[in-house]
Amino acid sequence: MSAKITPISADEPRVWAFTPENRAKVDAAIKKYPAGRQASAVLFCLDTAQRQHGWVPQAAIEHIAAILGMAPIRVTEVASFFTMINRKPVGKYLLQVCGTTPCWLRGSDEVFAAIKEETGAGKGETSADGLFTVMEVECLGACVNAPVVQVNDDFFEDLDKDNLKAALRKLKAGEQPKPGPQNGRHASEPAGGALTLKSIAGSSGVQS
Amino acid sequence: MAKLTIDGKPVEVPNGMTVLQACQTIGVEIPHFCYHERLSIAGNCRMCLVEVEKMPKPVASCAQPVMDGMVVHTDNDKVKKARKGVMEFLLINHPLDCPICDQGGECDLQDQAMAYGYDRSRYHENKRAVDEKFMGPLVKTVMTRCIHCTRCVRFATEVAGVEEIGALNRGEHMEITTYLERSLTSELSGNVVDLCPVGALTSKPYAFTARSWELRKTESIDAMDALGANVRIDARGNEVMRILPRLADDINEEWLSDKSRYVYDGLKRQRLDTPYVRRDGKLAPASWGEAFAAIAAQAKSLGGDQMAAIAGDLADCESMALLKDLMTSLGCRNLDCRQDGAKLDPAQRAAWLFNSTIAGIDQADALVLIGANPRKEAPVLNARIRKRWLAGKFPVGVIGERADLTYAYDYLGAGPNTLQDLVDGKSRFAETLRKAQRPMLIVGQGALARKDGAAVLAAARRLAEAAGMVKDGWNGFNVLHTAAARVGGMEVGFVPGQSGRDLEGILAGAESGAIKLVYLLGADEIDMKRLGRAFVVYQGHHGDAGANRADVILPGAAYTEKAATYVNTEGRAQRTKLAVFPPGEAREDWTIVRALSEALGHTLPYDTPSAVRTCLTAKSPAFGALDRIVPASWGPFGAEGPMDAAPFKSPVANFYMTDPISRASHVMAQCTAMRRDLAAADAAPTGTGS
Repeated sequence: MSAKITPISADEPRVWAFTPENRAKVDAAIKKYPAGRQASAVLFCLDTAQRQHGWVPQAAIEHIAAILGMAPIRVTEVASFFTMINRKPVGKYLLQVCGTTPCWLRGSDEVFAAIKEETGAGKGETSADGLFTVMEVECLGACVNAPVVQVNDDFFEDLDKDNLKAALRKLKAGEQPKPGPQNGRHASEPAGGALTLKSIAGSSGVQS
Repeated sequence: MAKLTIDGKPVEVPNGMTVLQACQTIGVEIPHFCYHERLSIAGNCRMCLVEVEKMPKPVASCAQPVMDGMVVHTDNDKVKKARKGVMEFLLINHPLDCPICDQGGECDLQDQAMAYGYDRSRYHENKRAVDEKFMGPLVKTVMTRCIHCTRCVRFATEVAGVEEIGALNRGEHMEITTYLERSLTSELSGNVVDLCPVGALTSKPYAFTARSWELRKTESIDAMDALGANVRIDARGNEVMRILPRLADDINEEWLSDKSRYVYDGLKRQRLDTPYVRRDGKLAPASWGEAFAAIAAQAKSLGGDQMAAIAGDLADCESMALLKDLMTSLGCRNLDCRQDGAKLDPAQRAAWLFNSTIAGIDQADALVLIGANPRKEAPVLNARIRKRWLAGKFPVGVIGERADLTYAYDYLGAGPNTLQDLVDGKSRFAETLRKAQRPMLIVGQGALARKDGAAVLAAARRLAEAAGMVKDGWNGFNVLHTAAARVGGMEVGFVPGQSGRDLEGILAGAESGAIKLVYLLGADEIDMKRLGRAFVVYQGHHGDAGANRADVILPGAAYTEKAATYVNTEGRAQRTKLAVFPPGEAREDWTIVRALSEALGHTLPYDTPSAVRTCLTAKSPAFGALDRIVPASWGPFGAEGPMDAAPFKSPVANFYMTDPISRASHVMAQCTAMRRDLAAADAAPTGTGS
């Protein structure tokens, strides 16, 4: 009879800790909450851990639990509840492709195809070079610029096969493509130019 | 008070009650899964929906506080339809495996589906399947059946005080699991099986052994610790199939420790089912007559002062009372029921009782633990202390081992020196105690079962007096026992008579040859080597240390096999009932002593159970009132003297194995191994780290 313990995969670190800078940030975040309520900082801690490590290993969860005085299962519950917390290793660039109806209607299937062609990674996979991990997510809230892919913290919008591939190539080359609409739009104005308020076009604050 | 109308009936209930509780006060039953009166309110199963007028939607009655003027409907069409809808959702992913489910026949979901379920499903998609989770040797999981009521999560967090169960993921992917699928490390983990309203968590040792409707249910008393938890023994044929707790608000509420619940497989192993007599150095089966003759042959040439009797941890009051009378009639005054050597003072009842009562913990406002680790010695009592601690304003001080008790405490020190400081008011905790209105202390056997035990007892008494723990209507001096038999033995007076030898004296006498006959009434935890060349009679039910050393074995009955009286640590006399018959030639213990008395020529005048009980009642007021407590008066006890500086140490090293029954149990051995493996995993340098 043994006290079964789920094996933690071999590539997980056994010991993990915040860097001194991140530890200072975490301590500052904890101070925002009243004494005894430090558990409220758990999401900040998980996010900081993910930014430091790329994903959140179990050792980080135990480290956070120790800092916040929580049981490790409580931190694991939170980490598993939020899809933004990666509990498995991901590539340098996490491509979160919106597959909800508006993006799907505007061609999210093509987005997936373009990513597959450019990086070799399909849904839920990581590319062989370890640069890209592809994930399908629910609505990112940028439907007016559909289809949308979130690359780490940035939105890439108004995608089609060509401009997405161009952006991915830049990422591969180590450059930083400009986030936002990729079809020349400034934001979410009409794609073919202004249609209303033309009479005041050019006056202060109104684009022509 | 709030006045409301439920199904047309006016009801007046205190503010703060929920609608569900208000309904229960007038006997209106509301179906529910996640609500449990001893756990916090979750409100996530939605089965308890009722209609409240002027509220737009049906409301979950378990989470809705009553308000003045509420008009509640619990059985109109809208409510029925709402509950039917909830039930339909619950059943979307619940497997239809009732015929192979251990919960079948006593399942809340099954019962309520009968009342609120549709007779067929409208869903044709595949049901969701969830992997089994490992929760240790006691709890079996079939997580596909889980309806996510989170009762187990709340129990582990709130009552057991071990945050080890949680709900991972979200929505349809939610799964209940223990952290990294480790074993539960609570001594109360079996209770999650009772709490689970479906068959997701079931009893591993009981798995697939019986169906609930085949079982004969006997209401009895537990003997695995000194709490005297009320239990129900379920038997089929002459075999105990499982043990469940019974509701007893003053003792175990509705919880039961894992040892009490799962020890029953030990009742089927290592049993003594026939008398034995040692011939040519080997124990050989014998008849009762031969066994008695062998004892009589030894006893007839001996004087009373050459004999002695020691009662063990599972002895019942009837047999101790009769054995005492028999030994007295033989002129023997060398009796002791304190086989652990605890210096309990027979002079005062208050000196060995849990005077505040277990329910009294709820009223206390400060606590000192002296040489006691209630988590290992009486887990259900520990849960009660935790419940009081959770309610707030309950400082706890500990003198003794530094252990995880599941509540925060102020660690004062390890041994008698700290106790002396506290008595003298020099400790920081003295002020806390002085300010408290109803302070209490709990002295464990770890503080008393030592050479200076009498002095420690006296020091504890002085602390109780100095801190105002003993006053009108409150007695906060408590002794926590570890053995079911101990208080009964003290009440019966199974202690040395005038100039009689106590345990140490008996063992020393046996070593030197002054004691030639020792009668062990289920005493297995003494040092058998010290019995020297004495002729040893062992009366008991398991082949353990005592039987191994014995020259004559008289097979007795275990606590599930006799109607016997046990007195719990509070001094509450309770009676077990016969659930199954003793195996083979084994007999109820008092009848063995009665039969032996005849063989020895000193026939005891007790021929019927009622005559034995009259004899008990004459010995102590405790036996006069079954199930009730007769309070003890206060007076001096203990002995002033120097105290050794050695730290207090709990007598229970391994919670799962403390007596012959639990030592014979496979399940308890598995639990012991589980704890050992977990400790090794935690100590290993390649652990999960933190």
